[in-house]
Amino acid sequence: MKLNQRDIKQKAVEGVRHDGRNLEEYRDIEIETDYINETSNGSAMVSIGDTKVLVGISIDVEEPYPDRPESGTIVTNAELAPMADRDFESGPPREPGVELARVVDRGIRESEAIDLEELCIEPGEKVYTVFIDVHVLNNDGNLIDCSSLAAMAALKSGHLPEYDEEKGSLNRDQKWKDIELTTEPVTATVCKINGEMVFDTTREEQEAQEARLTVSIDQDGQVVAMQKGGTNSFTSDEISQAMNKVKDKTQEFRSLIDKSVE
Amino acid sequence: MADEEIEWFDEEGNRVDGRKADELRETEMEVGVLEEADGSAMVEIGNTRVIASVFGPQDLHPKHLQESDRAVIKMRYNMAPFSVDDRMSPGPNRRAQEIELVAKNALKPALELERFPTAGIDISMEVVESDGGTRVTGITAASLALADAGIPMKGMVSACAAGVVDDTPVLDVNGKEDKKGNADIPIATINRTDDDTESTQDDRVTLLQMDGDLTTEQVDECVELAKKGCEKLYRQQRRTILQKYNVSEGDQE
Repeated sequence: MKLNQRDIKQKAVEGVRHDGRNLEEYRDIEIETDYINETSNGSAMVSIGDTKVLVGISIDVEEPYPDRPESGTIVTNAELAPMADRDFESGPPREPGVELARVVDRGIRESEAIDLEELCIEPGEKVYTVFIDVHVLNNDGNLIDCSSLAAMAALKSGHLPEYDEEKGSLNRDQKWKDIELTTEPVTATVCKINGEMVFDTTREEQEAQEARLTVSIDQDGQVVAMQKGGTNSFTSDEISQAMNKVKDKTQEFRSLIDKSVE
Repeated sequence: MADEEIEWFDEEGNRVDGRKADELRETEMEVGVLEEADGSAMVEIGNTRVIASVFGPQDLHPKHLQESDRAVIKMRYNMAPFSVDDRMSPGPNRRAQEIELVAKNALKPALELERFPTAGIDISMEVVESDGGTRVTGITAASLALADAGIPMKGMVSACAAGVVDDTPVLDVNGKEDKKGNADIPIATINRTDDDTESTQDDRVTLLQMDGDLTTEQVDECVELAKKGCEKLYRQQRRTILQKYNVSEGDQE
């Protein structure tokens, strides 16, 4: 059953959606942390409706960048697996995958959720690298929010392995300490359909949407990253409205993460 | 590291993870785990976990890839970066390419591809966690996903590896046994249950690889052992599919 784009647009003006939600309502959100038993250093499977994203954290030891000898590094990567969507193809990440990884990364990086200096083992020589690998398994829209939520849940349930000086390698068999988080940025994305502000759009709704605005907010309510997508525009009024709505949404998300790691 | 002595069996003959020589790891199967794909399955054997999906039969582009008398299979095998202890860089590699080839060949004899001339069937195997046996687990999952997608099949393909540690053949080698043992032989078989026969397996092995150092007798033993493992997996595959479609299995089990 293919929904008519005109229908979706018409309904948006009336404030209703084809699945019975109101315009600001998210689909059911489920978070399962520690989905990967042994090989990762933290993981979370998150679904928003039928959208499903698995994030795994891997920790490695590398040389720091010469200009920041006392800082560890974060690397975020996203894979839009072909199983997730008929239109996803194998091969190196293209624009949507790269944008997804960068938006997820930016919220975490700019909020300084991970204190990079805490990741230093030996200045100028050895630092931890935190890899955040986003694996999209099923695409039914709103990949950015689902991925950012999964990344945060995976980090919060994650841990660092101890670096063994003598062996010169990580002691992977034991959890040494938690990945310390100074704050918890998560995103919520506002989409514009026929001029209306709609949250958590499905794959079909996305085809009818004119633009989207992703806002990443930390637990103090600070805006830490934004990204506008799509070909249409937002007015400055719409932008400030969006930020305020996102603030409430992200607060709810953080309590869901808290529950998932209890 | 190479010289490290490993006690492969304890006094009671149990393996490093507590199993008997001819025992599979705990296995879980589920079909219909993804919504977008036409068919999907998750198979977990011990700490090895693979999600498989099937799209098709569907239009195949570009056109020059089409075959006028049958459907063409496109296979993908991918290990998630976090599926191994030392993070795996994303992207294709020669190992994955080879596995795609042998997995395709393992499944093909069971598929009625001639029913869908010029079409394409996309099969994808995502390894989300690995502890040995990812290709066989992938094939077992892909076969379930094909059945879930409703693709006509002559039988279910089940795959399992056997190996040798400390000169003893063992079924379903785990990561440690695979890396440090003498050998690893993954095989796949085609299985079906006919109403009037007890047997579930014909004698066709559709995947066979081997690396190690074995006598011909040991290889024979491993193949027999792995075939028994395949048969067990087949029964579970069948149960999983029947459960999904709420068909009672009667008094078979």
